[in-house]
Amino acid sequence: MEKRVTFDHRLLPYLLLTPQLVVTIVFFFWPAAQALYQSLLLPDPFGLSSRFVWLSNFEYLFNDRYYLEAFTTTAVFTFFVTLVSMSMALLFAVLADQVIKGASTYKTLLIWPYAVAPAVAGVMWLFMFQPSIGVLAFYMKAVGVPWNPVLDGTHAMTLVILAAAWKQISYNFLFFLAGLQAIPKSLIEAAAIDGAGKWHRFRTIVFPLLSPTTFFLLVVNVVYAFFETFGIIHTMTAGGPGRSTTILVYKVYSDGFVGQDLGSSAAQSVILMLVVGVLTIIQFRYIERRVHY
Amino acid sequence: MNFRTIFSAATALTVVLPAMMGAAQAQTQVQFWHAMSGRLGELLDAQVAQFNESQSEYEVVATLKGNYSEALNAGIAAFRAGEQPHILQVFEVGTATMMAAKGAIKPVYEVMAEAEEPFDASAYLAAVTGYYTTAEGEMLSLPYNSSTPVLYLNKDALEAAGLDPESKPATWPEVEEILVKLKESGSACPLTTAWQSWVHLENLGAYHDVPFATQANGFGGIDTELVFNGDLQVKHISKLADWAKDGLFSYSGRRNEGGARFRSGECALFTESSAGYAGVKAEADFPFTVTNLPYWPDVEGAPLNTIIGGASLWVMSGHEAEEYTGVAKFLTFLSSPEVQAQWHQDTGYLPITHAAYELTREQGFYEENPGTDVAIKQMTGKEPTANSKGIRIGNFDQIRTVIDEELEAVWQGQKDAKAALDEAVSRGNELLRRFEQSAR
Repeated sequence: MEKRVTFDHRLLPYLLLTPQLVVTIVFFFWPAAQALYQSLLLPDPFGLSSRFVWLSNFEYLFNDRYYLEAFTTTAVFTFFVTLVSMSMALLFAVLADQVIKGASTYKTLLIWPYAVAPAVAGVMWLFMFQPSIGVLAFYMKAVGVPWNPVLDGTHAMTLVILAAAWKQISYNFLFFLAGLQAIPKSLIEAAAIDGAGKWHRFRTIVFPLLSPTTFFLLVVNVVYAFFETFGIIHTMTAGGPGRSTTILVYKVYSDGFVGQDLGSSAAQSVILMLVVGVLTIIQFRYIERRVHY
Repeated sequence: MNFRTIFSAATALTVVLPAMMGAAQAQTQVQFWHAMSGRLGELLDAQVAQFNESQSEYEVVATLKGNYSEALNAGIAAFRAGEQPHILQVFEVGTATMMAAKGAIKPVYEVMAEAEEPFDASAYLAAVTGYYTTAEGEMLSLPYNSSTPVLYLNKDALEAAGLDPESKPATWPEVEEILVKLKESGSACPLTTAWQSWVHLENLGAYHDVPFATQANGFGGIDTELVFNGDLQVKHISKLADWAKDGLFSYSGRRNEGGARFRSGECALFTESSAGYAGVKAEADFPFTVTNLPYWPDVEGAPLNTIIGGASLWVMSGHEAEEYTGVAKFLTFLSSPEVQAQWHQDTGYLPITHAAYELTREQGFYEENPGTDVAIKQMTGKEPTANSKGIRIGNFDQIRTVIDEELEAVWQGQKDAKAALDEAVSRGNELLRRFEQSAR
């Protein structure tokens, strides 16, 4: 029989929830409401005057084909960052799971990149791949690889994707490793006895059992690529060349904090909030069905 | 030492220290937020220290707030919170933003008049202060660091290509001949540039008496429209695009990334701010020449004067009269010939007063450091016209980004010059209309 713990006091549950609620309200609902309100205004930078313009900030955005282009850029960026960082992390986790000697050293080292701030990660990658100062760029040039992220949009995109994915690998690795270790060894052994090869076991047992972790990481990685990669873009390409690496969140920053156009910037934040909300709902509705808990 | 003695010592400190600091604060404090990092920051701090030592009534407190954009942002955010500094350094592209914020700023001429500080607008170089002066001749902000683009040449690279190391090409066709020879001799980067919009569009226009925007480049009102897609600009950008295709011009980046490539000897010719002089002199291990920005000889009346870049000091509103007197005294100090001449000689920025220029000349600085007077002569050689006084348009930082984006498409060979400039103009005009709306 299940043993149930119940609280008699009616206020206690609310009291216990208060800290979390306060944090959510102060750091999420309040700013979100502010953004929503700001997105309907057209203020001057100093806040001396502002006009209520209804939805004209949104209208302006959707008439701007460069804004719509930023959606495509963000989609490409997010897709590849998520793909690269999750697949590499899974590979590393599977390999690290099999290592016996020095396992903790490997694991510790693989977690390190997570401690690096995005801006610092960006600068590090720049030191390797910037065409005129980059060490690796120098060798690439020497062996005749055409490489110029300063002018070539595809090169620049590849570079920021690699840097952003690299930074997230550690996080994914941790979760995948924990997921792998939670899979009962007996299942895998039973399959092995039945004659299933390594790859077959991974495909039919390990991967399906990892699906809750994979799903969770998918959501987290998409959100990461949408929002937290700002520092990497800012230090590495500043959205260029052309507009090839201007993702939505970077445009929020450059319009708001460089251009002082706070109305448009707020409208973009609201749109971004909606996009991520919708994406998360889609993920929960359609992908979660395929997850085995 | 037991707990009690530590406690009483701590109490004593907390009580006495503020009292001591209060005594020190009998001086009136003037907050000065700026964006001068590295060597420039040290020089600025030295100026402030010199001012603070020169008198005992006022204390200027200088604080570094990041790069130009960040400093402007910090100032704006502080103003919104009612915590604004007395003096804020704002780069030239932020000028229209500051001018439109009438309630947030206190014009320099007003500050000087109220503090009864001696102030003679004609003592300043019109070519420099014009950027920050109203149509009525009232100075709104005090130019602090102003520079203008010039051409740097690596003498060793010229010699290696069989050219005269002393050559000073005056026109773009002459530059082209040199670039071709450099390329033939195996140079991977005959020419690069910093600040492409500033040098190759904004200054190109001023130098050839061609407008960048209507309404006298925005000086006449905020209903200005961009017009930098004219024949001259298209011709110039097309030429650079051809050079990029033929390997004569190599793009380095939107800001001054090209500086490292010139100083390391990779690039032979470099169009960059005159303020780059100090860095080149310190780092380059080859002899170099500084000469005027080249021009197109087929344009009548060219070359005119070039325009400035850099930053000026804005006084923010909402402080006490006593504090503004301190501000006025500090601005007078900064404008004094000795301080200006020193700053000019240390940094390569232009002097802002005639007296500072004269003093530098008397000291024999220009003879000892050839090339350092190129910028000021280029700026002041001709009487400025409506097209060469400066540029004052809103959302300028964003418009420069638009120009950078479009030019990058040209250097990549994706767009021709005409299409890119047309697009930059139409996108820029949208930003101007948005600025006009918000400033209304």
